[in-house]
Amino acid sequence: MTETVSTREATMAPPRRRNRMSAQEARTALVFLLPSLLGFIAFMLFPIIASLAISFTNWQLISAPSFVGFANYQRLFTLDPAFYTVLGNTLFFTLEYLVLNIVLSLGLAVWISSLKRGQRWFRVIFFLPTFTPAIAASVVWLLIFTPGGFMDTVFQTLALHVPNLLLDPKLAMQAVIIVTLWANVGYNMVLFNAALDLVPQSYLEAAKIDGASAWDRFWKIRLPLISPTVFFGTVMTAITSLQVFDQIYVVTRGGPGSATATLGFAIYQNGFGNYQMGYASALAWVMFIIIMALTALQFWLQRKWVHYDS
Amino acid sequence: MTANALPTAAARPRRKQKNAGLKLFLDILNHGALTLVALAFLFPFFWMVSNAVRSDAEVLAVPPRLLPTEWQWENFAEAWLRLPFGRFFLNSAIVAGGVTAITIVVSALAAYAFARLRFPGRDSIFVAYLGTLMIPQVMLVIPLFLIVNQLGWVNTYQGMILPMAFSSFGAFLLRQFFLSIPRELEEAALIDGASRLRILVSIIIPLSLPAIGLLALFTFIGQWNNFLWPLVVVNGMEYATLPLGLSMFQTEQGTSWNYIMAGAALSMLPGLVLAVILQQVIYKGITVGAGFGGR
Repeated sequence: MTETVSTREATMAPPRRRNRMSAQEARTALVFLLPSLLGFIAFMLFPIIASLAISFTNWQLISAPSFVGFANYQRLFTLDPAFYTVLGNTLFFTLEYLVLNIVLSLGLAVWISSLKRGQRWFRVIFFLPTFTPAIAASVVWLLIFTPGGFMDTVFQTLALHVPNLLLDPKLAMQAVIIVTLWANVGYNMVLFNAALDLVPQSYLEAAKIDGASAWDRFWKIRLPLISPTVFFGTVMTAITSLQVFDQIYVVTRGGPGSATATLGFAIYQNGFGNYQMGYASALAWVMFIIIMALTALQFWLQRKWVHYDS
Repeated sequence: MTANALPTAAARPRRKQKNAGLKLFLDILNHGALTLVALAFLFPFFWMVSNAVRSDAEVLAVPPRLLPTEWQWENFAEAWLRLPFGRFFLNSAIVAGGVTAITIVVSALAAYAFARLRFPGRDSIFVAYLGTLMIPQVMLVIPLFLIVNQLGWVNTYQGMILPMAFSSFGAFLLRQFFLSIPRELEEAALIDGASRLRILVSIIIPLSLPAIGLLALFTFIGQWNNFLWPLVVVNGMEYATLPLGLSMFQTEQGTSWNYIMAGAALSMLPGLVLAVILQQVIYKGITVGAGFGGR
């Protein structure tokens, strides 16, 4: 490593002293970087490569793994009837949750920014659950949803004939979405609220004088100006929601049947329930590719609605 | 207010005053409506505490009562000592504290190298770090478990801490911050012959405390709330963290809901306290995110 430095510096024909100094600088850099680099290689780079390698084996922990080529991927797409259910559940969850999260967090952000006083206290209230364990939020909501519990009582009192959310295969995912929204909507709310604060007041006043209504001011001035932040929030939320696991593990266990089994849950179940490390790794790579594809799609779509001018 | 300032224009101030009255009314209505929404939003917290301090039989009564007939605050002590949520609390603190301490030291060193030192391959290593920011945790969990299992670290603190302590995010965040510090501040020290480590510790880090504090806060909370990794690498109660302990009791038949709610409240406490006390810090930190997303 030191050699490459000296040769590169030598071609630029620097004085001797500088040459020695940059070699020393590179050595210092190596010492500074070493702890991070070792950890990065051991717990990030190597696991990523290992994960790909394992996905081409039939490793089951007890027996030695053997190479099976694309058999795991073939099984996924052609043999395993559960895979398309899981994929459908994941995309359904992500789509509905993403839309509701962005609409609600943006709505709350605008509402809070319209207040004359107490903005920061409302911000804190809606932000609170994002700092608490998803598992804790999930057990609390599980008690709310439990048959004969608070939610059922509310439905009964209002004379709504809604079956228990956890027992109905069509509604169970809605329970998961409610928990996830409650637990996470505050983060994007604060993000968007902060962006709204940065919109120059003079723009809004000029529009007001020209007779633009609050509605127009939102759609034509504020939303376009904060659209890069909304885009950022949408991309990050999509990436995390494709991985949803904690809430499902506690609230529904993927049930009833497999109505709420998502990719994250299926990876855990195959890997640590059935010890099929190879198959679970193949599922994980499918998830990673979906994350990349969805993110690429969003970057492509952003040209239609995100405004980046200063 | 304007009425006094402009006594000559008699007609206009009166209309303005009426408008001001209407405006005040709408303003109060606006605050009131959002207060109702906020109260509904806080309901799960209320429900958790209200069920934590009643008897188990009353938790499952149909229809549920809003408040307990008898307030059993001793349920918290019971959950802390007997279940043992006290032990889980300690494990969570050790793991989250350990990951945070290592992350800060390792990230600061690496970030300084990335921000200030010239060495071959710097930019490609940095790009490799950035590239892993999008890797889903659930994908890493399988190979990480196999590594930790091989090392005999299942059910150990090092097995819980080390694999989580080297996120590239920390190095990335601190590098961006270090780059914003003027170089002139360290040049004098360099000429005086101070070592790079000395410069990092006595010049750069004191100037970067807001960024380091933010990284520490978000790392600590992230690890305190982490569930998937403890679930994979721990079995049994001895090393269970709070989220893992909660899920263990929830799946066990016959565990009392009131104690689970008490445990949930205990697990939420540090995050809630930090969110309230450090609200301005968090807001500023996320604002950086807002600006960053706008780039």
